[in-house]
Amino acid sequence: MKPFAFERARDVDHALSLAAASPGARFLAGGTNLLDLMKLEIEQPARLIDVGRLPLAEIAETAAGGLRIGALATNTAVASDPRVRSRYPALARAILAGGSVQLRNKATVGGNLMQRTRCPYFMDAAKPCNKRLPGSGCSAMEGLSRSLALFGASEMCVAVSPSDMSVALAAFDAVAETVRADGSVRRRPVETLHRLPGEAPQVDTDLAPDELVLAVELPPPPPGPQAWRKVRARASYTGAIASVAVAGDRVALGAVAARPWRARLAEAALADGASAAEAAAAELAHAEGPEGRRSLVRRITADAIREAREGAAS
Amino acid sequence: MLTTIRVNGVDRAVEVDPRTSLLDFLRERVGLKGTKKGCDHGQCGACTVLVNGVRINACLSLAVMHDGDEVLTVEGLADGEALHPVQQAFLSEDAFQCGYCTPGQICSTVGLLAEVAAGQPSEVTADLAGPVTLSDAEIRERMSGNICRCSAYPQILAAVRRAAGAAA
Repeated sequence: MKPFAFERARDVDHALSLAAASPGARFLAGGTNLLDLMKLEIEQPARLIDVGRLPLAEIAETAAGGLRIGALATNTAVASDPRVRSRYPALARAILAGGSVQLRNKATVGGNLMQRTRCPYFMDAAKPCNKRLPGSGCSAMEGLSRSLALFGASEMCVAVSPSDMSVALAAFDAVAETVRADGSVRRRPVETLHRLPGEAPQVDTDLAPDELVLAVELPPPPPGPQAWRKVRARASYTGAIASVAVAGDRVALGAVAARPWRARLAEAALADGASAAEAAAAELAHAEGPEGRRSLVRRITADAIREAREGAAS
Repeated sequence: MLTTIRVNGVDRAVEVDPRTSLLDFLRERVGLKGTKKGCDHGQCGACTVLVNGVRINACLSLAVMHDGDEVLTVEGLADGEALHPVQQAFLSEDAFQCGYCTPGQICSTVGLLAEVAAGQPSEVTADLAGPVTLSDAEIRERMSGNICRCSAYPQILAAVRRAAGAAA
């Protein structure tokens, strides 16, 4: 691990002013992804600003009837919250499908949104990767196809977001609230918090270096049952090959793009009276990539929609 | 940076390089070698300890993040010569072969029992709104962050089951 300066933020303003004054600084919350990448020297921040003790862990009711989840709420705290379990079960299920208990006890909601891709070529410092080293090339394009993006990829990068949580957040139309050192507060849909790779895959989000996630706000859940599906290479504790969250008439896909992918074509088809299979096919008709992967995502999307419609999900 | 962590009830004030993981703090600076380094990337669970009562991977945390925290390691579980019930359960069920993952497995089990007592659900909990019953499927899922390369999983499962019975 490269040397870095370490500072514990006293409050949000202190964290923001440190970030604004320190190019190359990173906020540190749970650290489960950032420290891992620092050990691999894929991340080499000059300074870590420890925001882990800031009072941003509360989960509170909103006036609109939704929930405001502080950025430092742990994955475990969110998935265990009775209000999340009863009103947003697809979110609880998505969180519980991610990582191990040890990781979920440490990982935070804000950190989850800021985590980097697990593309094996991004994680391997010996391989070309445009996201890690701009201009070096993309090893994934001709490499393992299991995690290739099916939507929104570019010639520069086919990496996908590894977050299970954000797939459910996107299905619930959740909004991420951030603040910068100049005091400006912004609210962005979680769905579009992450950039598609385009010509600059090294930039994951359009958050400024001094921009800190404060909270994620969930509107009231849409009427209707919910469902969550995740396909992976073993029964527990590994990343998604693909995932699906369904909340009422909304569908979001995971591990198929650089951001959680709202399946709006599938949603439109459902609104027009399509079957689950037809709706999934409508979305996947616009996917690029290996047929095996497209077929897998088509099937689990249809399954999740069907499950939600039958009200089988809890 | 001067970092003070209360380890097994004793304050340990150590001047550390900020790069020092909590795991290296425990093993190399405090001299408690019970907590093991396996993968050092949060994948194997050998370094599992309890921080303020909650199990985490000590390898994926910096010591400086834990200034003022209370850490419980495998060395802090027994009461003098009397083993902790989870340690006794692992012995009774012969729940290890080489033993390298065992401190992590034991600390993880202590954390698991507290999580179940608090009603925290897991991925295999059928009814998210209902109480948690510690079935074998629940134990397997909740222990999936601890790898045993000798594959003593059937005995580990039995040990967790036994410890849960003792805790109930």
